[in-house]
Amino acid sequence: MFAFILSRLFQAVPVLLVVGAIAFTMFAYVGDPVTIMLGQDYTMAQREMLVHQLGLDQPFFVQYLNYLWAALHGNFGVSYRLARPVGALILERLPATIELSMTAAFLAVAVGVPLGVYTGIKRNSLGSRLIMIFSLIGVSLPTFLIGILLILFFAVLLGWLPSFGRGDVIRMAHWSTGFLTLSGLRSLILPAITLGLFQMTLIMRLVRAEMMEVLRSDYIKFARARGLTDRAINFGHALKNTLVPVITIIGLNIGGLIAFSIVTETVFQWPGMGLLLVQSIGVADIPVMSAYLQLIALLFVGINLVVDLLYYAVDPRLRLGKR
Amino acid sequence: MLARFFDSDFFYSFRRNPVAMVSAAVVFMIIVSAVFSPWLAPHNPFDLASLNLLDSFKPPFFQADGELSYPLGTDDQGRDVLSAIMYGTRISLTVGVLAIAFAMVVGIGLGLLAGYAGGAVDALLMRIVDVQLSFPAILIALLVDGIARAALPREFHDRIQLWVLVVAIGIAQWPQFARTVRGSTMVERGREYVMAARVIGIPSVRIMLSHILPNVLGPVLVIATLNLGLAVLSEATLSFLGVGLPPTQPSLGTLIRIGNDFLFSGEWWVTIFPGLTLAVMVLSINLLGDWLRDALNPRLR
Amino acid sequence: MALLEVEDLRVEFPTRRGLLRALDGVSFQIEAGEILGVVGESGAGKSLTGAAIIGLLEPPGRIGAGQVRLNGERIDNLSPERMRRIRGKQIGAIFQDPLTTLNPLYSIGRQLTETMQTHMKLSDRDARERAIKWLEDVGIPAARERIEAYPHEFSGGMRQRVVIALALCAEPRLVIADEPTTALDVSIQAQIIALLKRITREHGTAVMLVTHDMGVIAETADHVAVMYAGRIAEIGPVRDVVRSPSHPYSEGLMGSIPSLVHRVDRLRQIDGAMPRLNAIPQGCAFNPRCPKVFDRCRQERPGLLPAGATRAACWLAEAGNG
Repeated sequence: MFAFILSRLFQAVPVLLVVGAIAFTMFAYVGDPVTIMLGQDYTMAQREMLVHQLGLDQPFFVQYLNYLWAALHGNFGVSYRLARPVGALILERLPATIELSMTAAFLAVAVGVPLGVYTGIKRNSLGSRLIMIFSLIGVSLPTFLIGILLILFFAVLLGWLPSFGRGDVIRMAHWSTGFLTLSGLRSLILPAITLGLFQMTLIMRLVRAEMMEVLRSDYIKFARARGLTDRAINFGHALKNTLVPVITIIGLNIGGLIAFSIVTETVFQWPGMGLLLVQSIGVADIPVMSAYLQLIALLFVGINLVVDLLYYAVDPRLRLGKR
Repeated sequence: MLARFFDSDFFYSFRRNPVAMVSAAVVFMIIVSAVFSPWLAPHNPFDLASLNLLDSFKPPFFQADGELSYPLGTDDQGRDVLSAIMYGTRISLTVGVLAIAFAMVVGIGLGLLAGYAGGAVDALLMRIVDVQLSFPAILIALLVDGIARAALPREFHDRIQLWVLVVAIGIAQWPQFARTVRGSTMVERGREYVMAARVIGIPSVRIMLSHILPNVLGPVLVIATLNLGLAVLSEATLSFLGVGLPPTQPSLGTLIRIGNDFLFSGEWWVTIFPGLTLAVMVLSINLLGDWLRDALNPRLR
Repeated sequence: MALLEVEDLRVEFPTRRGLLRALDGVSFQIEAGEILGVVGESGAGKSLTGAAIIGLLEPPGRIGAGQVRLNGERIDNLSPERMRRIRGKQIGAIFQDPLTTLNPLYSIGRQLTETMQTHMKLSDRDARERAIKWLEDVGIPAARERIEAYPHEFSGGMRQRVVIALALCAEPRLVIADEPTTALDVSIQAQIIALLKRITREHGTAVMLVTHDMGVIAETADHVAVMYAGRIAEIGPVRDVVRSPSHPYSEGLMGSIPSLVHRVDRLRQIDGAMPRLNAIPQGCAFNPRCPKVFDRCRQERPGLLPAGATRAACWLAEAGNG
């Protein structure tokens, strides 16, 4: 078990180093940070001082190592646009994004898995067909359009829910939460649905496809031949076997959630990391972009590790280290 | 040849599937109206001289103040929404098709190389594919776009923004092609006819292009269709976020973004109609892709 | 009254170019405790017959005509729920590939107890004890320790033993064994057949043994049905079919068994291939390959006719009688 985690962590290191190198290359060589930071009027002396301060006069590898070392300590440089340390900026925005993504993920799984099982078993019922049609529409509607439609109906026409921002938040040390106030929760509803809908349809379609695949397998036929009840077959034998691929996709999709939270946050002016990134890309604020890239990579490595551990719990074949 | 096509199982499954036929018809109509928009559109949204601010914010024809000459209403500049949509679809489709073409060329090339060469080349390429596939495509496209924005001078960047988008979206999507092509190539490489071709000394490149490539085209076609929908969506999303095409070259995403500002003041048509067009287009492409995948996958038949 | 009676069974598949009859006019009986071998080439309809009997035809396949009776009662038209109660409890099934028939995520003990508790009132502890007993019975060493083991921890042969235990653990009167040894190593095949024979004799279970291996049939079965293109070509006591087959197709099949007793210089083979279901020739389905074909065979299809101790679907049998 321990060796398993260790080997997975070991595999993750090169990925992180490569992403770090890309982030650093962006940071150091894309555009000219010195010119951007100094603005229009500067003297050669000012310029040289800044180059020295930023460590840009040192060899590539030294710079890279310095950069990684600083990143490990949460120091990602200074935002060109806001002239504030990127680490602090991101830390401020992190709770909003995490709360939004987790709520959306919960919605997607809690609704998507049961619907997938249902449509996988009752493949040709009217209910399944309707659900499948809606899911296709869900996959094809771009996230931002869903957000706009929800705003149009629930905020503009009906006036039931707020259309932007997080509402009132409560601060606790480094964290700010919207879960504890009524306006925070109300503000969360539309963005969470917007963000979760696409993932929900994906999960549902995946569970359905896996379910249909598993139901064709020999061991399900054999379970039927032994006269087991439909309930035991569908929810025991079949569902458990669909879990392995489903866990992977759900894990990978949490990454997708965070990526698409960029869009959702823009539509709802949700003050998270995604909104920060979009604003930064618009003005080519490289330090924010490279920090975001590294943070996402770290997050993904973490998610992959959790996914692997879940596999381990579900599939006995892995527990023995065979196949 | 044509007669054989009409008698094939492929065409039969198309005829039997009303959803596939309807979506093919919709895709066809959208493509025609996009390609011929300069001739079909009632107005030219880029002709600044013809714009009249007095015509601004006219609602669609079915509402009280609507006029038939602006069937889907007008925007803040007095631009005809229908015409803007037709021109916008043209731009969206152009970016989508070019991006897929780019991803396809890169993906097929590297996939063939990995599958045929094997060994270290294969391991390296597949590792890149794995890492990239674990990141969402939209994020990659966003970052490539951001880097281009930072690396290129402002005016130059604005002028070639369409190509930047094509490359950004293409880079985000090549791994799927590469992986599929590699898989099929490894299978084909082991077949006798490829062995035979090698034995008689046909150069590797020719074996790959003339013998292996035709056999991997089926799955590639399916991925291309499904990913076209994704590419169009990516472009729309980037444009909506304000890092895609500028208002001087408005795609559907740009139109939605511009219209979004007027949502709260009640001029919903400026953003909803381009949005619906985008949704219907992507939905039809996806339905067509789904059907294509099922029709080409004999296991499901 | 026989334990299982199949009468004029027809299985059809609706396809693009009309209905395909995958089985047509199949009739046979299995007595309690008897072993009926069913042989034929792949695609002859052997497995389909088994699937039709236990009500597990894959849609769109369906029973188009005929009856299946168990202890004199029809079971081909039961509701899905009543048919489910018969599967496992009255009719067990053994599948071909033990590597894929066991659920990889459940321990073998759990799969056994689950099956027994579905059909019998048993406490968890009793079910567990019985499961251990069954595993010992089918020859799993250290059964008590290995009951919590997962399928992938067993070899193919061992897994097939577990499958046999699973098929028999609810004490069915009949078990349908669909190519139970085909996927196994040759060295293990004989062991599994011997096990199947012993354990069904001990429990008085009848067996429908589907295989394409005539040698296995000759050693194991009491009666044998030879199938060709979805129909029964010949049926009768196994020694009569083996020693003096009346249908030219059975004759061809027997010619392809290597004999340990007689030295044969070379094995004979039947030329040609079985027709596809959508291209079954007029008259006798075997006529294009038959060495003894004559005009009538190309015009009319023969039914099962008495031919010595067996019955054969061949006009020669009629000629012989007349």
